[in-house]
Amino acid sequence: MPDPKSRMLAIQNAKAYLLKSSTTSGLNLYDHLANMLTKILDEQPTNAVDIIENVSKDVKWAQFQKKMDTLRDEHEILPTFEAAEKCKALFLKANGEGDEELEEEIEETPLPNVMETAFYFEQAGIGLSKDESYHIFLALKKLISVQPIQTCRFWGKILGLEMNYIIAEVQYHEGEEEEETEEEEVIEEGRKGMGEVEEEDEDKEKEDQPPKSTYKPPPVIPKEENGTGANKYIYFVCNEPGKPWVKLPPVTPAQIVCARKIKKFFTGRLDAPVVSFPPFPGNEANYLRAQIARISADQISPIGFYQFAEEEGDEEEEGEGGGRDTYEENPDFQPLSVPEMVDSLSTWVHHVQSILEQGRCVWINPFQKSEQEEEEEEEDEEQEKAEEPDELQQEIGPPLLTPLSADEGIQNMPAWTAQPSTNLIPQYAVAILQSNRWPGAYAFASGKKFDNIYFGWGHKYSPENHTPALPPPVQAEYPSGPDVTEASDPTLEEELAFKAAREEALASAEEEEDEEDVEDDEEEDDD
Amino acid sequence: SLNCVEWSLLPPVTEEMVAQAEQLKGRFQGDPSFEYEYTEINAEDAERLFEDGKEPMIKEEARLVATIEQIDRAVGIVPRGAFVKTPLGSVHENRNFEGLSLMEAKKLSSYFHFTEPVNLKNKTLLEKADLDPSTDFLDSLEHDIPQGSWTVQPEKGGTVVVLRSLLWLGLTFYHVPMTKQYGYVYFGTGEKNFDLPFML
Repeated sequence: MPDPKSRMLAIQNAKAYLLKSSTTSGLNLYDHLANMLTKILDEQPTNAVDIIENVSKDVKWAQFQKKMDTLRDEHEILPTFEAAEKCKALFLKANGEGDEELEEEIEETPLPNVMETAFYFEQAGIGLSKDESYHIFLALKKLISVQPIQTCRFWGKILGLEMNYIIAEVQYHEGEEEEETEEEEVIEEGRKGMGEVEEEDEDKEKEDQPPKSTYKPPPVIPKEENGTGANKYIYFVCNEPGKPWVKLPPVTPAQIVCARKIKKFFTGRLDAPVVSFPPFPGNEANYLRAQIARISADQISPIGFYQFAEEEGDEEEEGEGGGRDTYEENPDFQPLSVPEMVDSLSTWVHHVQSILEQGRCVWINPFQKSEQEEEEEEEDEEQEKAEEPDELQQEIGPPLLTPLSADEGIQNMPAWTAQPSTNLIPQYAVAILQSNRWPGAYAFASGKKFDNIYFGWGHKYSPENHTPALPPPVQAEYPSGPDVTEASDPTLEEELAFKAAREEALASAEEEEDEEDVEDDEEEDDD
Repeated sequence: SLNCVEWSLLPPVTEEMVAQAEQLKGRFQGDPSFEYEYTEINAEDAERLFEDGKEPMIKEEARLVATIEQIDRAVGIVPRGAFVKTPLGSVHENRNFEGLSLMEAKKLSSYFHFTEPVNLKNKTLLEKADLDPSTDFLDSLEHDIPQGSWTVQPEKGGTVVVLRSLLWLGLTFYHVPMTKQYGYVYFGTGEKNFDLPFML
């Protein structure tokens, strides 16, 4: 029977062919097909025919994996696990104390209700995930238990290159502030160093001493006291909830003025240097604080929520334009309805003092204090020049509690854009304001509640491209005067003419002298 | 769409729309039929435009679609291996893509621009030999100019990796390692960040 025999032969040939090992991989098709079919029958995927190539690939891949694993994998510590460990600390309640703490907390807690605020902002589509908000909530609670804090607020989140910053705005109890290290001296010494270097560069021409540098650094504007003006609040930052809170140093006017001129991303490390021109006096912690101060100067509240405190007697401080710097909550606050809050910007006011050009909230005349600074400066001649008529105009910022409608817009846009959170359910809508000057700053108001928050990179919006300042021209080394300026040498004709003229003069002078000598001799003879 | 309920179709983008839109600065208005006038154009450009019979006005919807195209082209990214190229040249999704591993997800080189490759031909032969032509046919992120215009951050203890573009502030790309989930969204003002070199 040839047919079955030849068929058997054909089958055997085919099987032998299938069993032939491949030269490159050492597998053979027969085994591979068998494995594939086994896998498919085990798993029973839908549309097996469509994914057959992928299955084949998986099987081949699986082959190699199993063969080479003779070592046991060390359990990788997943970073997830590590992060969870850190967060675990937040979730634990403080040991000891126990019941007493509970009673205290229920009465008056400086802890803000972060979840409530997050809910309102969520209505507008702004905010962090619930997980993160809750972690921040717990982190704030921890902060409060560690520091003597009177009021606390979640200020916002600033994004950075490597890590982000979570920022809390805090006010200490009165009288419990810590002493700050003196950073002003460091800055002054830096300036002095510059002056000395310039001295060395100057020509040591004919004088024994190098000429003294005429560089007078502009007077250092003293920073505002803790608790007032730009330093009204203290800020704590952390990179992630669960990491320890770091306190930011108070901000100096020089830092604010410089921060206005530069635009840099934050890296996420507080000790990173800020390389820029004009050189920023400080590292990233100072730059961060300066940006926070500028953004905070733009915080708003519904009109009427805050009112000026009752008369406290003399408010006239040095150089102040009669503005007031304190406010308190208005107990009779009547909230306006949401449509009113959204329609016009005059229903919102700034409740933070704006920062002047000088970098402070309260203007100060730097020359009046120059006497105190004399002790720290070296030379004595420079102080006399403090009387130079550099008349600084007294700067007055807009008074506190000015409505937003007075804010200047950018190009043809108002400074803030208002909209209700929903048009569909006006009874429960929340009024939301977005800042156009600081993209990322939002404020909401609903009934008696309101808050400000910031999520963003920490930069102001500018329709123009950022142009860094050019370095100033190199200072003239010495004042140009006739004795120093080069004059072209006289030409030969001029010299000859000059010589001839001088000889004539000499000749006539000699004649006169001779006559005088003769006269003198005669006189002596007479004596 | 302005309220996520009514959607209108934007016109398809053309190169000249993109060129025109690049000259406009400032925020979007919010009204698709708003017309911009050119504020700064050279005299030559104006003449050229007038000769062609077109007016130097551009509608906001054209600017919108041109901006979307610019963003997609410049910073639209996908993880390595998510798309494969067949030997015939067509590109399609890789159903076998199981996600990047955690280590790979933190590196910029595992993400590609999802546009026509520009730098691929400039690589040395040695580098090209290492590439796998089915998955590495796009430009990788690590050669973006200026260096460092992307931030990579693992969030939530490494369960998700977030890339943010600094060139177009507001473009965020996310990927959950070891899964097929990835995507990018843009929330922002629609303006390119020209100050990037100063800010790094």
